[in-house]
Amino acid sequence: MAGDASKALSNDVLWGGGRSPFSISYGKMMMWFFLVSDALTFSGLLVAYGFVRHSTTESWPIGEEVFRALPGLTGSYPLIYVALMTAILIFSSVTMVLAVEAGHRMDKKGVIKWLFLTVIGGAFFVGSQAWEWSHFIHGGGGYITTNQGVKYWVHNDTHDTHDPSNAAGFHLVPALEGHYLIGEEGAHHLDHEASMKLWNDRANYVDGANMVHNEYGPPQYANFFFFITGFHGFHVFSGVIINLIVLIMVIKGVFHRRGHYEMVEKAGLYWHFVDLVWVFVFTFFYLL
Amino acid sequence: MERDDIIEYSLDAHHSEEEGAKIRRNIWMVTLFLAVVTTIEVTLGAYWKDWFDASAWNMIKWTYVVLTLVKATYIVMSFMHLGDERKNIRMIILAPYAFFILYLLYIGLVESNYVHQMWEHFL
Repeated sequence: MAGDASKALSNDVLWGGGRSPFSISYGKMMMWFFLVSDALTFSGLLVAYGFVRHSTTESWPIGEEVFRALPGLTGSYPLIYVALMTAILIFSSVTMVLAVEAGHRMDKKGVIKWLFLTVIGGAFFVGSQAWEWSHFIHGGGGYITTNQGVKYWVHNDTHDTHDPSNAAGFHLVPALEGHYLIGEEGAHHLDHEASMKLWNDRANYVDGANMVHNEYGPPQYANFFFFITGFHGFHVFSGVIINLIVLIMVIKGVFHRRGHYEMVEKAGLYWHFVDLVWVFVFTFFYLL
Repeated sequence: MERDDIIEYSLDAHHSEEEGAKIRRNIWMVTLFLAVVTTIEVTLGAYWKDWFDASAWNMIKWTYVVLTLVKATYIVMSFMHLGDERKNIRMIILAPYAFFILYLLYIGLVESNYVHQMWEHFL
């Protein structure tokens, strides 16, 4: 930006006292310090995820096999939904940086326009995440294990997980080790009679996901999914609230009277940070 | 009472209409770049098995990590304006974080390797 941050100042002036050696305001510096500590929290979560995944000898679910549904559509769209969520968040980050830019020109109308779009984008992201959680929790039909520990996917036409054996089209599909395979091409589908026999002799039935077990893989997989995306989603939610409050203050002209729109910039830092965290969650949870 | 010994740094951040147009063009270029990188990542994630054999996974994994770091650099330096701040503040934010995260990664990898070996031997 223009001003002190890019001005050449001698060390005597910078560190001589009476001014900030960083040439930024107290509020902005504290926001940065907060973001560094928050970044370490998220790093801790992601490293813990990596730790568990790397140390386990069980097979771990694959992102593009677990997350491949779109609302209102059947079929397989690996990672498309998560990519859309990423696009929404990056787009709302762009509108935020444009709001900050408008603030530097004291363009109140511009700030209102871009900040409003940012709030909308954030709300869309939180909504998308709610759908994804719901889909993850309900699952795609679940699996049973026999007393010998053999695993079979449960299929039926209506995705009824309460009483799957009475739903139309009920049958079982032998699971392949290490794969989340519902609807996989070339899978061996058992007939109804054989499926009912296995179903009645099942050792247990797991469908969807909760904190104890899930149909996708080891219990830690769902736990980390809930904790990491949940913690991030809560950041997005609080970011939307902060942006909304700042937007109301902008509309009321608080910052225009103050002579600068730095509050938009500080809220923007937080908002970009949320986007930044999502970039890492996207890579390390969904892609790898 | 008005104090006159406080420097209002926030007022330094103003810029003119022409400077604004330049900054906005830069913002859209970064946006385009981030969108392209994300598209590459998702396409690779969905179709890499059709294009490469299973041994390529290691290479793709590292491609993801590098692309993510590139994206993160652009977000921090451009969107969060850290590239425009003084070197002092840039270093005081990035250096401690880099130090801690390298340590965290090191300890995470070493320990999880060990635990993995233990599971394999005793289970």
